[in-house]
Amino acid sequence: MKRSGVIALLVVFFALAAWETTCRVWSIPDFILPVPSRILAVAVMQAGLLLPHAAVTGVEVLAGIFISLMVAVPLSIAMFAHPAAENAIAPFLVASQAVPVFAVAPLLVIWLGYGIASKVLMAAVIIFFPITVNLLEGFKSCDQEFRVLFRLMGADFWQTLRLLYWPWALPHFFAGLKVGVSVATIGAVIGEWVGAQQGLGYLMIQANARLRVDLVFAAILWLSAMGLSLWVFVGYLERKVISWR
Amino acid sequence: MLTVSNLNKHFGDLSIFENFNLHLAPNGFTALVGPSGCGKSTLFNVLAGVVAKDGGSVTLQGRDVSHLGTASAYMHQKDLLLPWFTLLDNALLPSRIAGENPDKSTTKARALFERLGLKGFESYRPGEISGGMRQRCALVRTLMFERELVLLDEPLSALDAITRRSLQSLLLLLQVEFKRTILMITHDIEEALMLADEILVLSGRPMRVLDQIYPGGTKLRRLDDPRLIEIKLYVLNLLQGELNK
Repeated sequence: MKRSGVIALLVVFFALAAWETTCRVWSIPDFILPVPSRILAVAVMQAGLLLPHAAVTGVEVLAGIFISLMVAVPLSIAMFAHPAAENAIAPFLVASQAVPVFAVAPLLVIWLGYGIASKVLMAAVIIFFPITVNLLEGFKSCDQEFRVLFRLMGADFWQTLRLLYWPWALPHFFAGLKVGVSVATIGAVIGEWVGAQQGLGYLMIQANARLRVDLVFAAILWLSAMGLSLWVFVGYLERKVISWR
Repeated sequence: MLTVSNLNKHFGDLSIFENFNLHLAPNGFTALVGPSGCGKSTLFNVLAGVVAKDGGSVTLQGRDVSHLGTASAYMHQKDLLLPWFTLLDNALLPSRIAGENPDKSTTKARALFERLGLKGFESYRPGEISGGMRQRCALVRTLMFERELVLLDEPLSALDAITRRSLQSLLLLLQVEFKRTILMITHDIEEALMLADEILVLSGRPMRVLDQIYPGGTKLRRLDDPRLIEIKLYVLNLLQGELNK
């Protein structure tokens, strides 16, 4: 294992040990702050309960990623191809991120209902911004000499996009996608908090009302694992796709 | 073949060239030598249509054109190979963009790889080979352009002395075997003396031709020829005079 990995594991181990020790020494009750060992036990033992809810949240997140990609990629290309479009759209993009997701969530639930659609859209809204901005910056960062070369070869915009701009921007795209998938669960969970019948966010609200703080933490642990898995998967894809680095 | 008459270019108050004239005979090798920042690369950008000219005319094979556009091939001091493509795919870019028959182009590219000592490296990526090999691949790509006029912008300046020597003879190949007309920017007076039929010594801004020199004799010329040493000293004196202004 790499040295950085060992250090990270040590940091996590000591933080959990300090947490466990503090709770036990001060006899903090489980409905205030459960010990990590209890949370882990609930996360494993209650897998039968957590898994169906996690599956719902997972579907919401994956659908959100798909929709955000369907919007972000063409939008970045359009803004890159037409700077006037960028000038017109950019203020709305920034404004969309300045509005707290919590403020929009109730509206989306009213418009799209208590089903999966409102949560998917919430996740998509959060993910699409880092992908769009990073991809656009990636296109723009292409060296002038390469652009001149393609111009002299007589390449049109779409040929240049396919052969030069897109591969050039791929590292930026994956950087944006990594940020996006890391925060994707936030949108889905907030949507579930506002109004849902399934999902880890819904389970957290239910558990919280019954002072099952250990189950709330277990749901958080599953959400973290979900985010981390997505992040690792995108990293794997990145290494496969950008094989020349 | 190419005639540039009364070409003008300004950047704000900065005059790059005023009434600049140039005439290239078919299948000739012309070297441009001048102080740094005198506008040589700008001249290439204007000729290629990347930068708009302020005035003057460009005549190619008797036809008035606003710029050379896609009528010329281009080789830069950076090899400008795309790291995500193999060497063969890089060489095939011009024909791929032009929509030429892939089988025919591949056969031609493979023959050039063999001719330029790159046989066996077709499937390598640019990051896996030396700078000299990359520049040879860039030369193959330049030869894949079906264009009579070739603009060389200090194509060998980033290479070590030994690699330069071997590639200089390959540049002559462009002219002699492949019947191209060559216009080359170089800071290396010796390189110009070895390769060029005509050397244009340029002034500082606004750029004008200080002298036209025809070294004569058979190429690659030997640099220990007393006549060439005399020419070299003369050119150095001209350039030194420009720097002292």
